[in-house]
Amino acid sequence: MEKLCDYFFIYFCPNLMICKNLFIGIAISNKLYIFFFSLLLPSRRVERAMDTLIAQLQRRFCDFTISLYHQGFLDDQFTELKKLQDECSPDFVAEVVTLFFEDCEKLISNMARALDQTGNVDFKLVGSSVHQLKGSSSSVGAKRVKGLCVTLKECCDSQNYEGCVRCLQQVDIEYKTLKAKLQDLFNLEQQIVQAGGRIPQVDI
Amino acid sequence: MATKSTGGTEKTKSIEVKKKLINVLIVDDDPLNRRLHEMIIKTIGGISQTAKNGEEAVILHRDGEASFDLILMDKEMPERDGVSTTKKLREMKVTSMIVGVTSVADQEEERKAFMEAGLNHCLEKPLTKAKIFPLISHLFDA
Repeated sequence: MEKLCDYFFIYFCPNLMICKNLFIGIAISNKLYIFFFSLLLPSRRVERAMDTLIAQLQRRFCDFTISLYHQGFLDDQFTELKKLQDECSPDFVAEVVTLFFEDCEKLISNMARALDQTGNVDFKLVGSSVHQLKGSSSSVGAKRVKGLCVTLKECCDSQNYEGCVRCLQQVDIEYKTLKAKLQDLFNLEQQIVQAGGRIPQVDI
Repeated sequence: MATKSTGGTEKTKSIEVKKKLINVLIVDDDPLNRRLHEMIIKTIGGISQTAKNGEEAVILHRDGEASFDLILMDKEMPERDGVSTTKKLREMKVTSMIVGVTSVADQEEERKAFMEAGLNHCLEKPLTKAKIFPLISHLFDA
């Protein structure tokens, strides 16, 4: 059964289509596959099974979203981005978030290069880069990254070299953690849509 | 290079100024902010064009053909910053409403200098629909 699951996952995921009579549902969660074949099951049972799958995915989505806010990864600005997204721009949030992570990579790299020049560190360059990164993180609601940028800016203003290096490492870890979590969130959204469900509104 | 995007009116009412959509110029060096502000303007029913820095914004107005109801002007930009750009546009007799976009870290004196360059108003990042909408509606009604 598991080999068959893998076969279908490799060849049909992520563009899996759900047919009414031939029902194949795959929910990928911590390597757990739920896999149904039904040519013989009446369509009403299939629909009920689908509804259960969608409800489970929607619950996971809500819980995961709430946890991102409660753990301080995201703030209200992310909610504002979601409100701007509509049918005409269904990938707006993913687009903006991608631009943010590109900013992170570029600016962190600039700062790391500047800090590598031990004895001749251009704190003005570091300060200007962290100012930009703080602005970007504020625009997408990346709360923890923004907070670390504030600390990094303070270290930079006081020309605290060790503080800057330490802080920059934390910024790097934090943005990568957020990137992974948002990818999980977008994957959940995709699974809900592919299963025929709607993305639920989450009240924070 | 400046780019254009057209606002949709599917969900929200357009804000009309003398029976036309609000035409907005977004001046910001950060592509993320340009995209965000573009989307905000589109959502409230406007159409927008973008410029990557103040110099591009000035070039757009050089031939006297440009006509924007609103210019969203970022403060910190390479080549020509928001303060210098605003001064230059006012010298060129540009009468568009110019709203400066500052960051939390900007000092009060910096904001004051930005306002004195010729802004109509100043807003703090991050911009949201809630910040821009009442500003545009109110000023255009007056």
